[in-house]
Amino acid sequence: MLLLGVGAITGCSTAPKQQKEIIPAQRTLNDNDGENYPMRIYDPLERFNRGAYKFNAKFDQFVFLPAVQVYEFVTPEIAQTGISNFFSNLNELTNLTNSILQLKPKSSMYAVSRFLINSTVGIGGLWDHASAWGIHKHPEDFGQTLGHYGVGNGPYLVLPILGPMNARDGAGRLVDSLAYSVVFYWQAFNLNTHRGAGSAFAATRAVNTRKQIKFRYYKSGSPFEYDLIRYLYTQKRKLEIAK
Amino acid sequence: MLVLTGVNKVSLAYGYPITDPFEASVLGTPKELKARVPDKIDIKTQQIRVFEDRKTPEVFWYNESLTYTIATQAEAAPLIFIIAGTGSNSNSPKADALLRIFYQAGFHVVALGSPTHPNFIVSASTNSVPGNIQEDSEDLYNVMQLIWKNIRNDVAVTEFYLTGYSLGGAQSAFISKLDEKRRVFDFNKVLMINPPVNLYNSVSILDDLLVNNVPGGLDKIDEFMVETMDQFSTLYSSGNFIDTDEEFLYEAFKRFKDDRKKLAAVIGISFRISAAEMYFTSDVVNNEGYIVPKNLVLTSTSSLTDYMIVSLRISFVDYFNEYFYPYFQTRHSELSKQALIASTSLESIEDYLAKSPKIGLVTNQDDFILAPGEIDYLKKVFKSRAKIYPNGGHCGNIDYKENAAYMVDFFNN
Repeated sequence: MLLLGVGAITGCSTAPKQQKEIIPAQRTLNDNDGENYPMRIYDPLERFNRGAYKFNAKFDQFVFLPAVQVYEFVTPEIAQTGISNFFSNLNELTNLTNSILQLKPKSSMYAVSRFLINSTVGIGGLWDHASAWGIHKHPEDFGQTLGHYGVGNGPYLVLPILGPMNARDGAGRLVDSLAYSVVFYWQAFNLNTHRGAGSAFAATRAVNTRKQIKFRYYKSGSPFEYDLIRYLYTQKRKLEIAK
Repeated sequence: MLVLTGVNKVSLAYGYPITDPFEASVLGTPKELKARVPDKIDIKTQQIRVFEDRKTPEVFWYNESLTYTIATQAEAAPLIFIIAGTGSNSNSPKADALLRIFYQAGFHVVALGSPTHPNFIVSASTNSVPGNIQEDSEDLYNVMQLIWKNIRNDVAVTEFYLTGYSLGGAQSAFISKLDEKRRVFDFNKVLMINPPVNLYNSVSILDDLLVNNVPGGLDKIDEFMVETMDQFSTLYSSGNFIDTDEEFLYEAFKRFKDDRKKLAAVIGISFRISAAEMYFTSDVVNNEGYIVPKNLVLTSTSSLTDYMIVSLRISFVDYFNEYFYPYFQTRHSELSKQALIASTSLESIEDYLAKSPKIGLVTNQDDFILAPGEIDYLKKVFKSRAKIYPNGGHCGNIDYKENAAYMVDFFNN
């Protein structure tokens, strides 16, 4: 029988000094609670990840959410919707390339149709007429593409500011954002020569993205929030890849 | 006879559509039948330090202050306190629905989390061992006074009301009784919504939903979780869903509804998760050595996964026998298990409930947290002050428009 907490003690280099003798807990793990337990996710960098999780909570509280509040206060609602649609429309590039890479003709057609309709009738993507006409978004990203071809999750990661992911999805995001930058920053909008505009674009995109996510750190108050998020993130990605 | 006929008429006319109690509890009220409430209310989430000199364990740094929710009217109005149910915080969906209903009715509203929620256990509980309804109610009363002290110069209050759902409903009655002596609020009206009669019975019932409805019993809970997730997965990839959003979850639960055992198990699992959080939090705060080794100091970067797995496996009966009862027995050596159980029952304040016209009760005939005979007990004690709907399960109809109208009327008349 495994003694609970052995891992916690041996893995503790930065923990405060133990003052008193540690007495094993009354309740301990069972034999079958090892690596195959469903809520265990491969997380070799857990100590770093938990630190980053806490950092993100603070960053949210003092930087991100106040920025969202200011944005919501100064921007008329119709403009917020327009901006949200605009960025969503640009994201069709990611959806399209990854739908093609996964050989999904239907998703590819949706991405092309949405981009064409919303860029023209929707005036540069500010209006989302495609959804109103029943042509809904089919989100695909490079992490999903990798997963589609059998690449496993890799270690779970929580990165400062970027939030929860795993090694596969982190690599995927890097590839997607490179493609996005090449097309939009360097080609379409030429933002690399207009630094101010480039920063404004990136900041608005970040605030708009945060605004869409309802999640608030520690709002659940649960001591197991980190574990539950890790599990739900992994399950959610599994579903998205299967689709 | 006349009275009976009246009850039947009302029952037949009741329009809440979901007749299965488990389904009602999981799905709640269909959107179009919910009470109309304003979307945009200035709801503030506030933090308050309850014990100035308390040292919070580092691992619970985010729960140092108690969180509560408040929405106030510009003009003078009654103030109503809402107490959330087991394992819920002040911003839980049900507490939020009640807040909007009572705000719409013109009241100032203050919503409080349950003393069983980790935030309350860490920041506002005197002994941090939740479940002793008398002591938890004292803690709630203490917090209500602190909040009132903070806001009394900014809010014009004409009179005080009190309500709570589920465990919060039972606590409302105990708080009301406390207030009869201390007279800080002098509540004009108190409404108990879907309360347990005997906390021990109700929690055992909820725990059994998990144990009895997971095929293969509790040892197979892991497989059950995986299987359920895979069903979600299949449904998601076959259906026309855009994202894993609320609409998807609603559809998924609707799909499960043909499988009553699964619905019951889902309720049981969600209860078990709340309970596990509660056991773990209480153990760490008190350094009791039940789940976490005694004297081990956890930090904000310590892995809690092992402790979560251990906590999730603890049944309520085990918790009661191994942790809860011993804790109180060391403090009151002559206390028997039966006496402890009885003290958390409404029966312990039956005389007060029977003789207090200001206290009302709303519940459902099919509320499954009530043990056999308990609904009749409530009818006997509350008589005409008991409003019992034929269906709605446990709190499923709490924001159904007819229920909302009844609750508002109760306070207004």
